[in-house]
Amino acid sequence: MKRSVFLGTLAAAGLVAGVASAQTLADVQARGELNCGTSTGLAGFSFPDANGEWQGFDVAICRAVAAAVLGDATAVSFTPLTTQTRFTALASGEVDVLARNTTWTFSRDVDLQFEFTGVNYYDGQGFMASRELGVSSALELDGATVCIQTGTTTELNLADYFASNNMSYEPVPIETNAEAQQQYLAGACDVYTTDASGLAATRATFEDPSAHVVLPEIISKEPLGPLVRHGDSQWGDVVRWTLNAMIAAEELGITSANVTDMASAAGDNPEINRLLGTEGELGAMLGLENDWAVNVISQVGNYGEVFERFIGESTPIGLARGLNAQWTDGGLLYSPPFR
Amino acid sequence: MATMTDPPSEGFRISQLIYDTRYRSITIQVVAFILIMAGLVWLVDNTIHNLSVLGKDFNFGFLGQRSGYDINQRLVEYSNNSTHGRAALVGILNTLLVAVLGCITATVLGVIAGVLRLSNNWVISKLMTVYVEGFRNIPLLLWIIVIFAVMTEGTPQPRDFREGGTASMIAFESVAVSNRGIYIPNIVFTRSLGGNETAEVDGATQVVPAAAPVDWFLVLALIVGGVFVARFIERKATATQEATGVRPPGTFWKKLGVIVLPTLILFVILGATLDVPRIGGFNFTGGIQLRNSLIALWFALSLYTGAFIAEIVRGGILAVSKGQTEAAFALGLRPSRTMNLVILPQAMRVIIPPLISQYLNLTKNSSLAIAVGYMDVRSTLGGITINQTGRELEGMLLLGLFYLVTSLVISGALNLYNNSVKLKER
Repeated sequence: MKRSVFLGTLAAAGLVAGVASAQTLADVQARGELNCGTSTGLAGFSFPDANGEWQGFDVAICRAVAAAVLGDATAVSFTPLTTQTRFTALASGEVDVLARNTTWTFSRDVDLQFEFTGVNYYDGQGFMASRELGVSSALELDGATVCIQTGTTTELNLADYFASNNMSYEPVPIETNAEAQQQYLAGACDVYTTDASGLAATRATFEDPSAHVVLPEIISKEPLGPLVRHGDSQWGDVVRWTLNAMIAAEELGITSANVTDMASAAGDNPEINRLLGTEGELGAMLGLENDWAVNVISQVGNYGEVFERFIGESTPIGLARGLNAQWTDGGLLYSPPFR
Repeated sequence: MATMTDPPSEGFRISQLIYDTRYRSITIQVVAFILIMAGLVWLVDNTIHNLSVLGKDFNFGFLGQRSGYDINQRLVEYSNNSTHGRAALVGILNTLLVAVLGCITATVLGVIAGVLRLSNNWVISKLMTVYVEGFRNIPLLLWIIVIFAVMTEGTPQPRDFREGGTASMIAFESVAVSNRGIYIPNIVFTRSLGGNETAEVDGATQVVPAAAPVDWFLVLALIVGGVFVARFIERKATATQEATGVRPPGTFWKKLGVIVLPTLILFVILGATLDVPRIGGFNFTGGIQLRNSLIALWFALSLYTGAFIAEIVRGGILAVSKGQTEAAFALGLRPSRTMNLVILPQAMRVIIPPLISQYLNLTKNSSLAIAVGYMDVRSTLGGITINQTGRELEGMLLLGLFYLVTSLVISGALNLYNNSVKLKER
């Protein structure tokens, strides 16, 4: 009997594993809709707006890919995923692309068999504490109770940071950002740690953001980016070059306002012409329409526009471009040439 | 039919497999068996195929790798340098802890509520009806979250316990109820058998009290020994009473004495002191912390399962013929003794089998720990480990195996008990 139960479990797991197809692009085109995994809610990055439409900096990646592949930025079906469910959902084929502030690490890329298609936000892990606590540095946190989202690199960085500084802490594992916020505000933990962008986004939603302080220490590198399943290079290329198109568009001065103009006829700059499909066949090489990048920029916007709209300094979240400025402005954003 | 002549002996024909009742049932079983096996083979093959498409192999080597994450509630030594296997063990012990605590309190609650629901006192029986129906008909997950939310939002933060804060400790400044859990004093020893460290305090060398497992093992051994001696005293007293009609005076105190006195003496020898929680830095230090997640899960599981057990107990009591109660009353037994000596022992035979499945439910329901961040085996092995190593299939198989083995052990043990108390037919 035990044996049959064992086999039954194996069988159920086998069914869940599903069919991971290698023709994601064809599947998405046939379906007419992109399945995209996002977070369960993080202000500025992925959140449902007043009309119930998903919006945000990470969501924009999904919309851009949909615009590139299907010509329609609204043809996306969003699946909100927690930190624990995200990789299983992507590996099993439930979502085609995961755009969910996920850190690019060696083991995720190599061992978990995913392919990161670039970095859409250069981040680092920080700490937020109540101003009342009077803490000015993360090195004063010995003995603190720390809220963390489980199943994240944050969890591992935290363990490493406290161990290397000979400090002790009490972890409070939490499933989603919303729960963490509730626990933190109730005082069930002294400190909340996650990516600095996430801290800024979370703090912006507080009743009194000034009562909380983000500590100066950034204890890790967290390059966040969209990822796809390993083994389907064509689909990986589509997502990678969609992101690159948004970054290159900002560098080349193409915005959602002037893209239709610029795409109507070939201009003086050959790279703009190639990107917008007025010269060459870049779109066809990707297996897309030649005006794929025009759709992305006109419907979603270039990188800078998306940044300003959702998380930039004019928004309540108020993140500066910092590392996420163009390389020409001293940042790390650097798209390979469209050639 | 005796007059029927022997059927002509013909050879076996294939059609007999379907039309001959002697072979038909075998045919059906063989076909069904082949179909089931084919289904299984297809599923296993599908799994292996999909794993190879994903480029994943199937091995349990990850259990020996460094885990890299910390766990707040540990019953055994564990740090982020320990292995994933060790993390799974910590989770398993946490699951078993909440399951054992839950089973005990659920049983106590259930028996009390079940008996009281049959009370002639209208208020009490209706109160118990409200409890049973309320907890039985609302999902367990909601209760866990409600209790957790009440404990987190309704209790003061540790920093409120500081000088001039709004909260204060209860029970002679020894117990603190905070929104991170309840801190209670712990017993530690200044002459621990496991050895004590010393520390310099204000220039003088002081012994740091500690508690080694061997200390508590000794205490446990003395208590168990005391119970055995107490039972011996009890038997002797009963024998004297049966022989002479007079029970030796002070039997109860003697029994209490042999259990308590040696333990107290041992405590003095080991130099037991109380380690009272004190507010310091961010949190309380010292004492034992019962985390909110544990308390919420434990309470919710006990109250929920207790409601089911109450109904089982009530059914068991009602199954005992009313004549038994009347006969006991006729003998002059008071209602409480009637219940304890006559009704409950007979009701147990009806209660035990369904009780087993309630214990199994409670153990498996403890995996809802995820809702409050209690680090049970589903959160460590089935959560963080799977997420960090990407070994979903292996992790889930191990998890399933653990729950299966635990459930089989629980039901096996209780079946043994059931066999010992069930009606013996001779």
